[in-house]
Amino acid sequence: MTGYRELLRRVRAEIEEIDAQSARELLEGPDHPPLLVDVRRRDEWDEGHIPGAVHIPRGSLESRIEKAQPDREQPIVVYCSAGERSAFAARTLGELGYEDVSSLDGGFTDWKRNGFPTQVDRALDPQRRTRYGRHLLIPEVGEEGQLRLLDSKVLLIGAGGLGSPAALYLAAAGVGRLGIVDADVVDESNLQRQVLHATADLGTPKVDSARAALEALNPDVDVVGFRERLTSENVDRILGEGWDVIVDGADNFPTRYLVNDASVWHDIPVIHGSIYRFEGQTTVFKPGSGPCYRCLFPQPPPPELAPSCAEGGVLGVLPGVIGSLQANEALKLLLGIGEPLVGRLLLFDALAGELNEVAIRRDPDCPVCGEHPTITEYVDYVEFCAGVHA
Amino acid sequence: MSVVRIPPTLRDDTRGQREVIADGETVRDLLDDLTARFPSLEGKLEFANVYVGGEDVRTRDGYETTVSAGDTVILLPAMAGGS
Repeated sequence: MTGYRELLRRVRAEIEEIDAQSARELLEGPDHPPLLVDVRRRDEWDEGHIPGAVHIPRGSLESRIEKAQPDREQPIVVYCSAGERSAFAARTLGELGYEDVSSLDGGFTDWKRNGFPTQVDRALDPQRRTRYGRHLLIPEVGEEGQLRLLDSKVLLIGAGGLGSPAALYLAAAGVGRLGIVDADVVDESNLQRQVLHATADLGTPKVDSARAALEALNPDVDVVGFRERLTSENVDRILGEGWDVIVDGADNFPTRYLVNDASVWHDIPVIHGSIYRFEGQTTVFKPGSGPCYRCLFPQPPPPELAPSCAEGGVLGVLPGVIGSLQANEALKLLLGIGEPLVGRLLLFDALAGELNEVAIRRDPDCPVCGEHPTITEYVDYVEFCAGVHA
Repeated sequence: MSVVRIPPTLRDDTRGQREVIADGETVRDLLDDLTARFPSLEGKLEFANVYVGGEDVRTRDGYETTVSAGDTVILLPAMAGGS
């Protein structure tokens, strides 16, 4: 019967080993560096690893190495803590057909003893790894994406029909900071669709009931309430707090044009959503790379042609659909994945069960984001939307 | 003949119809035909964006953009509602 020491001795005799000094020269040398694979456990990796290494625990090595290095002729250096597990890993890679594999003699311990550079990544703690487990399983999100969401800041204009589902999903997703601008208190007629608020919240400022609901859902989220109407006077202060994305769920034209102009000047993308009865629309206005709200609608319609939900009604679930689509676009922008709805207006018709799309283009003559802007400071938005033009 | 999508804010003028058939070789002809059949639309259509085949006619020839039989035309005014 072969003991562990004997087995290790035989394996080491079969494989190539490289000492820390030579490995460092290879990694930092002028030639194409070898792929450096750390085969230790997750907790060991989290405590520190060699910069530039990829982490493939030994138990997953066979199944994951081909994705990390499909070319079997390219050199690979594997390491563990002391050079034993990596010796077995090197043999396995040889069996898989990798031609140039060596094991770091003395492992990470010896590397550190030489005073060579190490790196400690920010990592999710076990509790967060469980909470966000379904995100971590998606390659496009993963731990890096989840950490990015936890560092992200989203400002919601309105905690009403659209803001409710958007805020709930963004909070659940672990967006680290959610700002909410809303001056209203919870009214009984809100509860048919504004799922952020409950019957017990009647009469409570929406920013307060929103904060309670969102922090109860996810304590990782820091909710910042602005119990005020967005105006030309406060918009720079509120937007100036450094938001990555704005979710526009306002309920009136003056606020929408104000949000547009301010977002262009602050260079913050806006996820637009609007709803009426059974129909809603959403798009992304990304300054510099797509049209803005004024490119799409240079003028608001006169008030008699633009009834609000309060006047015309809205199916309760409709903001659930559109607000969720807005949250989806926000997450895509924050993570830098997918095809954002820049230059595309999505139209949803709940009765027909149809989703349509139209193209929207940047207007070179746009008074705010065009080549020669004529509006360069805040205007009187109420007057502008009432059709009183200078 | 083209199918024209009527936005919800203008459906009171089209007797509740979500889609109507209109006739015309250009967007202007089409809108004139619509207004002739639904007179209360007079003065309201200019506030709507017009899309032919998914493209905003402002990026084509405006109201002179030609419309082919079978094109779907979407009228889309701004909607403010969000709460």
